[in-house]
Order: sequence, then C-alpha cells, then structure tokens
Amino acid sequence: MTSAPFSSSEAQSGAIADYNFAYLDEQTKRMIRRAILKGIAIPGYQVPFASREMPMPYGWGTGGVQVTASIIGPDDTLKVIDQGADDTTNAVSIRAFFAKMAKVKTTTHTGEASVIQTRHRIPEEQLHEGQVIVFQVPIPEPLRFLEPRETETRKMHAVEDYGLMHVKLYEDIAQKGHIATNYAYPVKVKGRYIMDPSPTPKFDNPKMNQSEALQLYGAGREMRIYAIPPYTDVVSLDFEDYPFEVQTFEEPCALCGGTGVFLDEVILDDQGGRMFVCSDSDYCEDRRAKGHRGALSPDIYESEESLSAQISQEGADA
Amino acid sequence: MYVAVKGGEAAIKAAHELLADRRRGDRALPAISLEQISEQMALAVDRVMSEGALYDRELAALAIKQARGDMIEAIFLLRAYRTTLPRMGYSKLVDTSAMQIHRRISATFKDLPGGQILGPTFDYTHRLLDPSLATDEEVPAPEAVNPSDDQTDEPMPRVSDLIAGEGLMEADSEEPESGCDWDEPGDLTRKPMQFPMSRDLRLQALSRGDEGFLLSLGYSTQRGFGRSHPFAGEIRIGEVDVEVEVPELGFAVSVGRIQVSECQMVNQFKGSKTVPPQFTRGYGLVFGQSERKSMSMALCDRALRAKELEEDILAPAQDEEFVISHADNVQATGFVEHLKLPHYVDFQAELKLVRQMQSEFYESSPQTAEADDTQEAAQ
Repeated sequence: MTSAPFSSSEAQSGAIADYNFAYLDEQTKRMIRRAILKGIAIPGYQVPFASREMPMPYGWGTGGVQVTASIIGPDDTLKVIDQGADDTTNAVSIRAFFAKMAKVKTTTHTGEASVIQTRHRIPEEQLHEGQVIVFQVPIPEPLRFLEPRETETRKMHAVEDYGLMHVKLYEDIAQKGHIATNYAYPVKVKGRYIMDPSPTPKFDNPKMNQSEALQLYGAGREMRIYAIPPYTDVVSLDFEDYPFEVQTFEEPCALCGGTGVFLDEVILDDQGGRMFVCSDSDYCEDRRAKGHRGALSPDIYESEESLSAQISQEGADA
Repeated sequence: MYVAVKGGEAAIKAAHELLADRRRGDRALPAISLEQISEQMALAVDRVMSEGALYDRELAALAIKQARGDMIEAIFLLRAYRTTLPRMGYSKLVDTSAMQIHRRISATFKDLPGGQILGPTFDYTHRLLDPSLATDEEVPAPEAVNPSDDQTDEPMPRVSDLIAGEGLMEADSEEPESGCDWDEPGDLTRKPMQFPMSRDLRLQALSRGDEGFLLSLGYSTQRGFGRSHPFAGEIRIGEVDVEVEVPELGFAVSVGRIQVSECQMVNQFKGSKTVPPQFTRGYGLVFGQSERKSMSMALCDRALRAKELEEDILAPAQDEEFVISHADNVQATGFVEHLKLPHYVDFQAELKLVRQMQSEFYESSPQTAEADDTQEAAQ
C-alpha cells in the first residue's frame, strides 16, 4: 500500500490541482485506516471518522470511496458494482475515478477482484479469503428510523438496548402478518452490535455470515465506518415462530436461467409484460458464457464480452 | 434508459460533453473571465469562499464558472479541492477590532466611537431595475474622502466590548490564565462530529453552513420559535490580518489579509440561578461580504446556546443536533440528489412485498385499501 504522489492528467504545471495516489492525502488515509482497524476490532460497531469531502456528492458513495482509497494499492484489482451491476452509471463513474486516480487494474469478474466496492448488493459468487468488499452506506444507524437522534442511538448501542428494534419487528408481524423489512434488514454481529447491512436486499444477508472476505462499510456523509472481519457470525434478527426468510423468485433469470439469485424486474411494454433478470450482471454474463440460456435469452452471445474487455482496459488506458 | 444494461460509460461521456457545451453557451459571445467573475460577481465569490471554507477568490471564481453559476455546485467544487490540502496549523486569534473597516453599523447606539459607516450596501437602494446596467455605461469612481477629516482614523472598538465594559454583557469566554495559551480550536474537518458540540466547533459548522438554511432558522427565532430578543449590536465588514505563530521565529507573522463579515447580536437574558440578568451574545463570522449570512449565523448561534444558558429547548433552531446535522448544503444536496441513483434492487424487494400484502388484503377485506406507509423512505 505504498504510494507516490503524481499529477492527474488534467493538472497543468503550476496549475491548481495535484492529487495524491488514490486522491486522498496520506494523513487522511492513515486516519481512515485507523478507523477501519478499530471497526475490525469491534465488529459491527460504528466508528466515527473525520470524513472528507470527496469529488463526488455525498450520498453517492463517498464513504465507500474513502475506504477503498485508503486500502487500495497499486497491485490491487478493483471491481465496482451498483445494484449488482458493473455498468450502472455510478459504478462506471467510481471505477473510472480509481482507474484515473490510482491507475489500478479494474475488472468486472468477482473472482478476479481483490477489492470490490458495492452499493446495494453482495455478488452472487461466493467471496473468498483475501478479498475485501466495501459497502457504500447511506444511513449507518440501524436504529435511526426508530430514534432520529445520534446522541440517543449511541447510548442504546452502548448499553445494548435493542428492545425498540425487536418491538418494531414484532409490530410488523402483529399488524402486517410478517416482517415488513426487505432491505437494510438489521443483523446482529458477533452477538453484540445490531448493524445495518447498508440497504442490500435481505436476500444478501446470509452471505454476510461467516464470510471468507473482509466486509468494510463506509458512510461518508454520516462519518461512520464499520466492519465485519472474516469468519464472523452475522445473524439476521427474527423470532422463533417467525424465522428470518429471504426473498424467493418464482421464475429463473430470463437471460441465463439462473435460480436462487436475486432478480430485477424489467418492464418490457405497457401491457404488463415483464421479465426477470439477474441483478448481478457478472454472474449472469458468466453463466451465459458457459452456455446457460434463459427463456428470453438472445441466441448469440456477443456484445457483453466486448464490454468486459473494454472495462478491464480502463486501468491501463487511464 | 439512463441505466441501460450496457453503455453507461458512453452515456456519461456524452453527458459531460453536453455539459461543457451548455456551459460555454453561445460561441458568438466572449467567454466570461475569472477576473470578471471575481470583480463583478464578488458577492457570489464571497459566498462560495465562505461555504466552501476556502479563502481564494480565483479558485472560487473558477468554481462558479465551472458550475455554470450553480452556487451549491461551486461550493462543492471548492470543498472537494480544499479537503485535499494539508492542514498546516491554525492562526492566532483574528482581531476584528483592528479591522480595516469597509462597513460598520450598530443598531443599538445612534453614535459611537468610530462612527457608523454605511459602506457598499444594498440598504436604502430602491429596488428598481437599473437600465443603465444593461449596457456598459461608465461608472464614475466614488469621491475620495480626505483621510484627515474622516472618522476612519478613529479607533473602532467593538460595540460588544463597549457594553461588556459596563458589566451588562456576558464575557466572550473565559480568558486563559496569564502565561497560558488558548486551547487549540476544534476542527470538524479533521475530527468526527459528535454531539453535544463545543461552541467553537458549532461556530465552525455554522460558518460553513448553508446561507438559506441559517437564514430561515434565524428568521424562525424572530417569529417566536425560540425567541431570544436580538439586537444587531454591530455588523462590521472589512479586512483583517491573519497571523501565524512561526515556532522558528518565536513571533507571529502575517500570512495575508482576508475580508470578513462579523455580526455581534446582543440578546436579552433574564438570568438563571447562578447568573444575573445581562445581555448575551450571538456571534457570526464569515468570509467576504455577507451580512445576511453573518446575521443569520449570529441568531442561530444564540439560539443554540439555549442549553448552556439553561433555557427551555422548544424550537428547531435551538436543537443542536437538528441544526448542525442539516446545515451543510454539500451534504444535503448530495443526499437529496442521490435519490436519482438507481434503487431498483430495493424497489424490487418492496414491489414483492406490496404485491404480497395487496393480495392478502383483498383476500381478507375486499374494501378500499387504507393508506399505509410500510417503510422508511428509500435509502
């Protein structure tokens, strides 16, 4: 994780902007790394950190970007996804940022990445040891919508006062017949802290448990970092008679025929026509490359390959 | 489709090209220069420096140009640059009583040492559109005043110091014991924010805070939501020296001169168990010429001192966590505008639930659905 200062391509000599490797200055990285280490030492605890303004807006992944910028080195390979896909506009933008500011290699393949920055999903392919997944977190506080005050929620965490959360889940069941939380579904980490898994669908919650990969969470605007070290127990909150359940989909992916994965609904026309496709674009492409086909899959598999090649070129070109 | 399954990258590139084109506008017109922005849109530059928390007219002008005049975008640009700069240290206390005055007024005294100086103000202009400004008509230089018979040579003590001299005003703060220095001031750009905040940090947050937000909150205190009976004790705008202690030299050197606007609000205070009735202060200090912002800041500062002064906290402007957490327009605009980003994974999860709940609803009661907010807003 060594780095040398360099000028960005826009910087004219003697002009305004010179930036360090991966944008942040080294003092800031050190401060963030300390927060990360503290987070790893206290799994699920929200560590306050002096979040910096970033060149992308708050709410667009500044926490994740700061975490990634602090841990990434020249030898890393970065994958960025948003909603599970590598080519959603904001994922493209963040990947381009690191390709430019850190000149790191980028990839769309989950297995090839050493650092994966994500918004709203955990890849379908199981992560392995040595990988780091960095989550962009909008509201780190799982109790925020039950108690808006930070001063109160910090106390509640300190004394492990989580009754309010259980009451909320209970009231859901009493009033609606089931727990009406589908994303940002609260988890308990290592039997101590209740944690917001960032607004990933609850479908992804089981992947957090005993994950081989290090999970880091960065909330820039809210100035919090938290972490789940590898091989940590992560339990989704539930009741004995109402056990935690993930979403299930009736049909397989229309493109790759995949099942047991999270699907996005795509509206095809104004007559109610719709199809369901993998939210994880890399997983879907990989399956199709291996010959799997769904009900609406085009017979010839072509354009996607060229894009993957193009994206992995970014690092080299920038 | 803005999040086409493929092609996000090409779309972004094209959007940026379009932005650059629209920013330049009609090529038949000359491009606006940074000097023109700095000179002729000076108050815009001041606001960007103030909320961007970086005193550099040239960079602020560049940010305004780059942002096509969108002030919050310009503030954001400046902040994102500022944050990459190393922090060298902090200056000595800026002495605003030694300010090179451009404007100085007091609403509490008819006349006072140093006099009232209107300076370049919109006050008392009639807000009639001036057709002569539509063309490049020559503007004569203002008549110079002979410095010898001008009041500006007189010292201009701060009104708050004059009132405090009589013992009617609370002390600004506890002076450090002789021989000791002031505590190092807090810096919320370097330490995570935590509540309750010390006043120095709160003032820093307010000084960087959004002018419109603080204006409305200040206004709310005047209308009775946290009333604190303010008087504009003094507003002064002018230039002050920024001095830095250089350890190798053993004395302070001036590293430059900045324009600031300072507002000292004087507020009634009925006293508490331990403190006699006296006037209290609300303080505002911002870069550049921004009277509105400094006054709003002073109102908010005073309102936020409710706890310290043992007043009841009943109004939004008195609620530190509420005010400070939401005063930063760069944070606010980012989070509001992030709703533009795709949320379809979460929405998909919600779709499934709503469909399920609807079908359950119609099975059990075929009557009209009652409105129900099942979940918090999208994140």
